[in-house]
Amino acid sequence: MTLETGTEKKTDAELAEEALVPMPLVRGELPRWAPWVILVAALVVVGGILAAAGNFSIALTLVLGAVVYAVATYAISRGVEGGRKATDRVVTIVVTTAFLIALVPLISVLVTVIENGLARFDGAFFTNSMRGVIGEGGGGYHAIIGTLIVTAFAAIISIPVGILTAVYLVEYGKGSKLARSITFFVDVMTGIPSIVAGLFAFAFFALFAGPGIRFGFGGSVALCILMIPVVVRSTEEMLKIVPNELREAAFALGTPKWRTILKVVIPTSVAGIASGVTLAIARVIGETAPLLIIAGLTVGLNVNPFSGRMTTLPVFAYNSYAAPGVPREPFIDRAWTSALVLILIVLILNLLARLVAKLFAPKTR
Amino acid sequence: MSAPTTTPTAKPAGSARPKPVQQLGDRIFAGSATGAGIFILIVLAGVAAFLIAQSIPAFTASSADLPGGRNIVAYIGPLIFGTLLSAVIALVIATPLGVAVALFITHYAPRRLAQGLGYVIDLLAAVPSIVYGLWGVSVLAPASLGFMTWLNKYLGWIPLFAGPVSATGRTMLVVSVTLAVMILPIITAVSREVFLQTPKLHEEAALALGATRWEMIRMAVLPFGRSGIISGSMLGLGRALGETMAVAIILSGSGIVTFNLISSANPSSIAANIALQFPDSTGVAVNVLIASGLVLFVITLLVNSIARWIINRRSEFSGAN
Repeated sequence: MTLETGTEKKTDAELAEEALVPMPLVRGELPRWAPWVILVAALVVVGGILAAAGNFSIALTLVLGAVVYAVATYAISRGVEGGRKATDRVVTIVVTTAFLIALVPLISVLVTVIENGLARFDGAFFTNSMRGVIGEGGGGYHAIIGTLIVTAFAAIISIPVGILTAVYLVEYGKGSKLARSITFFVDVMTGIPSIVAGLFAFAFFALFAGPGIRFGFGGSVALCILMIPVVVRSTEEMLKIVPNELREAAFALGTPKWRTILKVVIPTSVAGIASGVTLAIARVIGETAPLLIIAGLTVGLNVNPFSGRMTTLPVFAYNSYAAPGVPREPFIDRAWTSALVLILIVLILNLLARLVAKLFAPKTR
Repeated sequence: MSAPTTTPTAKPAGSARPKPVQQLGDRIFAGSATGAGIFILIVLAGVAAFLIAQSIPAFTASSADLPGGRNIVAYIGPLIFGTLLSAVIALVIATPLGVAVALFITHYAPRRLAQGLGYVIDLLAAVPSIVYGLWGVSVLAPASLGFMTWLNKYLGWIPLFAGPVSATGRTMLVVSVTLAVMILPIITAVSREVFLQTPKLHEEAALALGATRWEMIRMAVLPFGRSGIISGSMLGLGRALGETMAVAIILSGSGIVTFNLISSANPSSIAANIALQFPDSTGVAVNVLIASGLVLFVITLLVNSIARWIINRRSEFSGAN
């Protein structure tokens, strides 16, 4: 912004070449409305040509219009303002276009899921399982309960382990060899593909229970592998920003270290920790691949995570889509509704995390 | 948990000094914290150990017992190829876009909008991969048919677009674009963090010398953020390599090796192959799948380690934090 009002528009090269030739200190500048006029003109021209050629489409008009807009802006700006300003304008157009392009899939995903998912977004979906259902009707009740159970067990294991590890890294092990290797391997764990986590859980439990093993708790173990590193990282960041003065004040009063951590450090950072944990849950609740492998699939409700297959929402969505029965439509509809429910859960968890971070933030006068 | 009972506070400098009083609570707390850390290391070692243990039968079995009657290298080879191909194309598409989006949010968008826009992009990362898969196969695939036909018609002389164009649109190109959408938020998030750390003085100095906004970005922001861009794309690459459901839903892969991106015969990826084959596999076939999972684990491990190494190397000398 600061440059657009600038009055010195001479370039080094020009100065060097024409040092002796008197030059105007001010170069021309396009008026503020010029980009908009060029944009509208480009779109109208492209749309007109396409319509005349007989294959008009909004997408094509926008794409070609953006190209024409960039080229026209460059040409006009180069003539009036010079090459550097012209490049600047083109880059602005490119960057803005890139952002708009990135928005397209997000909007498209949301619109598609809502459009297709609303068909079965009814009471029956939330109260019926698939037991005895062949065509229409039925729902994802068993899958929703399965997802909640599997995720809850994953959270019960991951949250204490994750938070305690972060406490070790920040409060006890600072700089030690163990702490450094934990930090490194937590980073490595962040990158483990979810399907490998599922394979691990399978390989582990198959050792004890034979190769046909499928049960909900195995899914929780797989999710733990994915969730622990996220919890550790976010908690670590939060503990690090607790001011040292608070700890020193507590120590000075003779408080033992563990009470200092429990009563001073963690309460100060609880908002950040809670929101990090919520985001970690949001990340694993949509995982499909590991649960497909170790938790399996069943048509009925199973509330015992330690025995028997347990359907989860993402697996239910995948299976309804990939292996539909006859007729096909009800299965596809249920898949989309599951996707919609998943997105809603993730969205709500995300909003919750922001809310928690805001509400429980330490009061600073 | 078998944790060491000493705490860091119990380090007397000399024997003359009395040991500080150790409360029971202190020992328990320090022990459990240390134990949790060690537990993570054990788990990771366990992941590697169990995968190796379960994949040994696949390497020792005769090739007649393996699925398709081929030996293990011939089985996994095309899968590795498919995994790398889809991930690399996704990276090629997503990196420039991700960097541009990060630039837009940090340097072009109106200040008041910027934070909200960043949140919107973060939302892209939160959408479960299964949803992207459904979207890719039912929206993106049909929508890109026209584009792929056009590519084949005018650029068909490039082997990538040799065709014949798949009638369903379920092609490598569509998979790669879907993966690109999925890793875009990662690249954007990392690049954005680094761009925001660019020293304000560098930027203002460039502007004060008369640089246009683009020249300022090129001279001050991009050189500073280069390692951030690289590591962000490596992290994205790691995610794309391990992505399962989107590939499994969109591609109907077979064990071929081809660079043809828009035909209906495509190589599958390791992760997708596991997800598709695992539920129906028994015996050695399971071991083969676990062996392919081990290969994937090693590949992603390498990619992520390189990314982390770049990030850490930078944080040591950047002076930004």
